[in-house]
Amino acid sequence: MRRIWRVASIPLLAIVLAFIVAAVIIVISSIVTPTGFDLFLPLGAYGSLFAGAFGSGTGIVNTLVAAAPLILGGLAVGLGFKAGLFNIGVAGQFLVGAFAAAVAGANLAGAPTVLALPVAMVAGALGGAAFGFIPGFLKARTGAHEVVTTIMLNNAAVLLLTWAVNDLVRAPGFSFPRTGEIGNSALPVLLGRNLHLGIPLAVLTVFAVRWLLDRTTIGFEIRTVGQNPNAARYSGMRPIFITALTMTLSGMLAGIAGSIQMLGVIGFYAPGITGSVGFDSIAVALLGRSDPIGILFAAILFGAFRAGAPLMQIETSVPIEIIDIIQALVILFLAADLIVKRVFRVRADKPVISELATVARTWAGGSPPGGST
Amino acid sequence: MGRRLTTWRIHLMELIGTVLRLIWELAVYLFTVVPDLLPIILALATPLALGALCGVLNERSGIVNIGIEGIMLVAAFFGYLTGFAFHDAIGSGPSIALGILVAVLVGALLGLLHAWLTISVRADQIIAGTMMNIAAFGMTGYLNRLIITPSGLGGAGVIAPFHLPDAIANLPVVGPILVMFLEQGPIAMSVLFIVLGLQFALFRTRWGLRTRAVGEHPKAADTVGIDVYRQRYLNVILGCALAGLAGAYLTLESTGSFQNGMTNGRGFIALAAMIFGRWTPIGAFGGALLFGTATALGVVVSIRVPAGDLGTLMQSIPNEWYQALPYLITIVILAGVVGRSTPPAADGVPYVKEGKG
Repeated sequence: MRRIWRVASIPLLAIVLAFIVAAVIIVISSIVTPTGFDLFLPLGAYGSLFAGAFGSGTGIVNTLVAAAPLILGGLAVGLGFKAGLFNIGVAGQFLVGAFAAAVAGANLAGAPTVLALPVAMVAGALGGAAFGFIPGFLKARTGAHEVVTTIMLNNAAVLLLTWAVNDLVRAPGFSFPRTGEIGNSALPVLLGRNLHLGIPLAVLTVFAVRWLLDRTTIGFEIRTVGQNPNAARYSGMRPIFITALTMTLSGMLAGIAGSIQMLGVIGFYAPGITGSVGFDSIAVALLGRSDPIGILFAAILFGAFRAGAPLMQIETSVPIEIIDIIQALVILFLAADLIVKRVFRVRADKPVISELATVARTWAGGSPPGGST
Repeated sequence: MGRRLTTWRIHLMELIGTVLRLIWELAVYLFTVVPDLLPIILALATPLALGALCGVLNERSGIVNIGIEGIMLVAAFFGYLTGFAFHDAIGSGPSIALGILVAVLVGALLGLLHAWLTISVRADQIIAGTMMNIAAFGMTGYLNRLIITPSGLGGAGVIAPFHLPDAIANLPVVGPILVMFLEQGPIAMSVLFIVLGLQFALFRTRWGLRTRAVGEHPKAADTVGIDVYRQRYLNVILGCALAGLAGAYLTLESTGSFQNGMTNGRGFIALAAMIFGRWTPIGAFGGALLFGTATALGVVVSIRVPAGDLGTLMQSIPNEWYQALPYLITIVILAGVVGRSTPPAADGVPYVKEGKG
């Protein structure tokens, strides 16, 4: 129990502190709203947020549905961290995965589900993997830092997928550009209105990634490269190969996140479906300390925020964007854990992921990870 | 067999001929169209150049700042909000001036936050920047929905760009260049001076020497009596004030309105321009102009269609590809340039004073 507290105290207290600071922001900003200054607005807002996320069966299902892509996205970012890579490109890889799954799914809409669903899922996974491979390869070969290349690829993905839907795969019979109905390719609903198969799949992936990192040679190499690329190279590992491979696997996880969101929730690709999964995943991975189990819990928490926020905005007119602010504050207090330790007078392990030092060290980095080719 | 090989060769020669002709036509097209585009290119390059200068000042003193995007966005919002709030009371011109001032101050304030996090708290520099970007997106979206959207009012407007007399603008060679730098609003007009001033300051003054010293070898700088923390604080704040000016440019000089997430990756393109320019102000400005040119060409191709086959070819490329061009060029430049340019040696490495653990 004490061991768990040592690991989990800073993340938990960071969340508490983030909620307190966000409450101050809500109170101060209430001055400019029509209702005027309201000291108790945060209580009402957080109450609706909680009620929307956990207050009913539908709420809990919505939380889990929102958590599923965040679990996979968080794993994508977390796996990158393990190798000392910061994949900010989850947003783009997610979109490419969703698009590939939508196109494959629409083409197999009439086929039996046992065939159509796996093919559509694999298409999405491959799409994400391909889109993750590009920055991975560039980092490995040329040293171009993934933080900038992945952000650029995010922007490019939105534009190029818009073109693809307009000019290449637009389905006939709709008043706006979109892909066709996915029919039998949809993820089966297990419970209630929309608790789809993607949720257990995401949880299974948590254990698959855990197994990959802890029990396989590749996992060991990934962790070693993340801790110290030079040591990895001198002991005969291949930092260049591992860098490209990790980004590809990370992109694949983000692509699967896109597929389950497409096949389980959205149903078709249309320009402008950009969601918040990309940046949420970063917060999830940091909060979960890039540990798969930690990511699972962090994703459920942020899934609850996303599921509860609409009710909060309707009932208390506190804008949904407060969730982004809370997220940023959580990251702030995790990065500056000194603040949390001072405020709550606790002693605990450093919550920041040690491999992050490698991310900063390779910045604009002269040479590719692990020295020159 | 021999005959088929010959026809194959003829086809290849024809293809090479066509490609060469297209390249020639493209060169002619660029030569005719770019002089007219110069003012637009500088306008598009302005926020990128200011953002890149922010990067130069930060990284030359050893601090990585990937939060430029977020700082620009917050400054753009508060600059706009100020102009919007004071427009009726003091009129368009003064409220815009006040807005620019507020944006610069907001930039400096966020710079202070980044400096405190990275220098004093020694938080991870990449994470601090990521936090800044997410917070900026959330904060501006939150306040936009709370204040600006419900009011339904427009902003403070923009300052009309300056116009040169036709006699000067029509001068050969010099005319287009004067137009490029002078037919602008005040912020774009001042960019060139800021760039030249910083280039001089960084390489010819005591401040510049100290800045480069704390970025290359903080311990040595400390030994000779330079206050590393103070120098880093100062430069991060100054740089972020420039990012604030870039934000002011977006809402108060260029568009006259605020949209959520309107920086649209400019903060990151600015970082690429900085790397392209090898961490020098003039080089970074060159990088920004290159991106400005790419963006401007994407827009102009659909308006001024080149003649002949080139026109047909350029028209057949979808609009979205032209819009994606600056992003793709950023990636190509990073991949091509990074390995060959050296960042400041202590870039991204926190400095711990001896005896301060």
